[in-house]
Amino acid sequence: MRMKKNLGWLGVLPLIAVLLSGCDAALVDPKGLIGEQLKSLIITAFWLMMIVVIPVIVMTVVFAWKYRHSNHAAKYLPDWAHSNKIEVVVWLVPCIIILFLGIITWKTSHSLDPHKPLAPASETMEVQVVALDWKWLFIYPKQGIATVNQVAMPVDVPVHFRVTSASVMNSFFIPTLGSQIYAMAGMDNDVYLVANETGVFAGKSSNYSGRGFSEMTFDALALSKDDFEDWVDKVGQAPQTLSFKGSYQELAEPSTDHPVEYFSDVTPNLYRNIIQSFKGGSGQSGHGEGHGEKAMSAEAAE
Amino acid sequence: MFGKLGLDDIPYHEPIIVVTAIVMALGGLAIVGLLTYFKKWKWLWTEWLTSIDHKKLGIMYFIVALVMLLRGFADAIMMRTQQALAAGGAEGYLPPEHYDQIFTAHGVIMIFFVAMPMVIGLMNLVVPLQIGARDVAFPFMNNLSFWLFMAGVILTMVSLVIGEYGKTGWLAYAPLSGIKYSPGVGVDYWIWGLQISGIGTTLTGINFFVTILKMRTKGMTLFRMPIFTWTSLCANILIIASFPILTATIALLTLDRYLGMHFFTNDMGGNMMMYVNLIWAWGHPEVYILILPAFGVFSEVIATFAKKRLFGYNTMVWATACITVLSFVVWLHHFFTMGAGANVNAFFGIATMIIAIPTGVKIFNWLFTMYRGRLEFTSPVLWTLGFIITFTIGGMTGVMLAVPGANFVLHNSLFVIAHFHNVIIGGVVFGMLAGLTYWFPKAFGFKLDEKWGKRSFWFWIVGFYLAFMPLYILSFMGAVRRMQSYANPEWQPFMIVAWVGAVCILCGIASTVIQFIVSIRDREKNADITGDPWDARTLEWSTSSPAPFYNFAHLPHVGSVDAFWEAKKEKGMAADKPTQYEDIHMPKNTVAGPIIGLISIVFGFALVWHIWWLAGVSAVGMFVAFMFRIFNDDIDYYVPAAEVERIEREHHKRLEMQA
Repeated sequence: MRMKKNLGWLGVLPLIAVLLSGCDAALVDPKGLIGEQLKSLIITAFWLMMIVVIPVIVMTVVFAWKYRHSNHAAKYLPDWAHSNKIEVVVWLVPCIIILFLGIITWKTSHSLDPHKPLAPASETMEVQVVALDWKWLFIYPKQGIATVNQVAMPVDVPVHFRVTSASVMNSFFIPTLGSQIYAMAGMDNDVYLVANETGVFAGKSSNYSGRGFSEMTFDALALSKDDFEDWVDKVGQAPQTLSFKGSYQELAEPSTDHPVEYFSDVTPNLYRNIIQSFKGGSGQSGHGEGHGEKAMSAEAAE
Repeated sequence: MFGKLGLDDIPYHEPIIVVTAIVMALGGLAIVGLLTYFKKWKWLWTEWLTSIDHKKLGIMYFIVALVMLLRGFADAIMMRTQQALAAGGAEGYLPPEHYDQIFTAHGVIMIFFVAMPMVIGLMNLVVPLQIGARDVAFPFMNNLSFWLFMAGVILTMVSLVIGEYGKTGWLAYAPLSGIKYSPGVGVDYWIWGLQISGIGTTLTGINFFVTILKMRTKGMTLFRMPIFTWTSLCANILIIASFPILTATIALLTLDRYLGMHFFTNDMGGNMMMYVNLIWAWGHPEVYILILPAFGVFSEVIATFAKKRLFGYNTMVWATACITVLSFVVWLHHFFTMGAGANVNAFFGIATMIIAIPTGVKIFNWLFTMYRGRLEFTSPVLWTLGFIITFTIGGMTGVMLAVPGANFVLHNSLFVIAHFHNVIIGGVVFGMLAGLTYWFPKAFGFKLDEKWGKRSFWFWIVGFYLAFMPLYILSFMGAVRRMQSYANPEWQPFMIVAWVGAVCILCGIASTVIQFIVSIRDREKNADITGDPWDARTLEWSTSSPAPFYNFAHLPHVGSVDAFWEAKKEKGMAADKPTQYEDIHMPKNTVAGPIIGLISIVFGFALVWHIWWLAGVSAVGMFVAFMFRIFNDDIDYYVPAAEVERIEREHHKRLEMQA
């Protein structure tokens, strides 16, 4: 029976273990406003439920031991099967907890809505994100630059990530900063995030998307304002450029473990063109398995 | 002639698959050899494969489920090994090509071909006995359901050696599962395996729904039904309501893949979000189809071994009904991150949490059943106690996932994996293993070995916590699901602990296998003469073990929930020995079931490989076999009263000898 008790504790342990550990624990040590709020929400929900979980575990162990078959000292009432008092308590306690949790849920679903801007548009930076097979394309419409598998942002400036896919479903996720959002072809999804500390954070697709999924990762650089300017300049000096009908089509071809790439110039409306390309009949190239449509769109691109 | 099928489609260059195929072939040959040597083919055909006896079908479901558990677990331990190795740039031993098939097959097999047949098998074995019926409402359909299910199993196993399996994840999300991004036959195996077995499941749902509503014995009103029957009824309602959604969704995906339509494609107006919605509109009720009967098992086990009436029977029933209804209005919580608005997310989040209320009530009712009872620590009770604690923790993490805000960082992470294994292993697997131990004597006439049963329990529970608690931690470190490799070396120690957990679970499974061997060896010693080895409460224990094929010589009469228990207390066991017997009307065995099932394998295989002529021929074959069955009037017979008397006399003689 002592063993049973230990097992019960195991349920609480992972959280405690993570909370105490100083290692690279993305969700436990967030670096942005959204991430902070999500962390406290998770902890609140956890402790609210402990109000039921801990008594259940204790009662399981105590009742099972006290009313064991060999313990003739314990009271035995074989026909006792109903008690209004107990029924009221076992319905009421979960109801109250869920009521509280429901209120928290309603409020945080709105306050932490990924689509909700964190600041007026003038103070927000826009980055357009395109999930490709199997890499991430980041377009900076205002700066007129683009990158692959690396995204940079100045600290304390909210970023409006507009997210789409030119292939299958993916999910755009930087765990250290907060919420993820699905990337879907023909859809213009979005999530607002902010980094409040400088650093390099791991970004990834969290939604399985095929062969190259595991390596579909990127670095999210949170830089000081000056460093960000330097970074933009650096990208702006890259020899490569990106156009919808030209180099983008090449980039969209499936590749795994794609290196970081910089593009000093991007044709205007690239993001919109990519979304629009799925509204009609000719989609983007597939996984390169010799599909008719692919040949067609490639020809059109010449 | 052979459609897309060519010699290149046999993966003889993959050593893992070749070895597996050889082992499978040797195993198959050994079984064929043994059957031939002992001249058991006829016995197998007449006593089992064509049987419409719900108890035998239940046993067959369970045997297939246990075999498939071995396959599904082999997939699991391969994945755990890969993730324990492939850290910080290492590639491990499984390339993505293979790894992706393994996690897809693991999910599909564990849900459709392990958990489902265990649940349906247990319902088959127990429900008619619990309601005092002699068989199910549609005995032929019951056999057909089994064979359609078997067709799905066999098609899935065939994919291992001919062609490939899906590389899409177990729910084959579009557009990844579309023809453009998955041009191989893997998704087609997925489609036809699930489509054919899914139809079998739907038929089972209808069958048991009607059986429970129409075939209860005299006096058994709805609120006198045992809890397992109640939870089975609710599970079958869910099957009837949800499986057609699965069938339709897969049919639409089939049209996309085979006829170039655009229901779920990226372009031409296709909508992948519709696919995700539809598949979860089935998928969420599905998890309750699995867990509700497990709840029923725990209710029976805890009342029996606490020697006490189930606390709050009415509450249990209403809580089950609440869960049944609510399970249909929560599907969106599987994709809060798709980008729906805050109101929609909040609604589905709160709806999901509300399910925690009736579930919590059930947990307290089990606890108060133990309270002031006399609890015997048999292995089914250990599984139940392990369940209460494990499931409570899994329920808690489930509610955390139901908070949309929290879900935005936990979704698609290993947290989800840990959560649903927490409830499926802690709930469904523990429940089914408890049920297996509990009802085994009713099926075979002897008890399972307790020592190995308890060992199995301890291995499973320790293994479970070792294997899945690290996954919760990893999710907080940013690890997502379905990774074939990962860059962060800090994750590796946790992955290795998880691997150790999987090895512990392997020992648990091995203990169960040893338990069967030891129990069969000691069957004389563990024989159940009385038919009521646990001093239990429900009707199935009032007949002999194993139950005669007609279940009850006289249909029992029921006056309360615990009628059998009360009757025992009043009169004692052997007291009621009837003086007169009557002819019993019973259904005859069927050859149509296995034949249609076998042809449906050919049908599915032909469609997977685009062998159109064969698909046509097999479709006609199934139709003709079905017509033969429909126009066959010779489907039932009467067991003469003298025969019933002889069987019953024997049972009573054994009872007296023991007394």
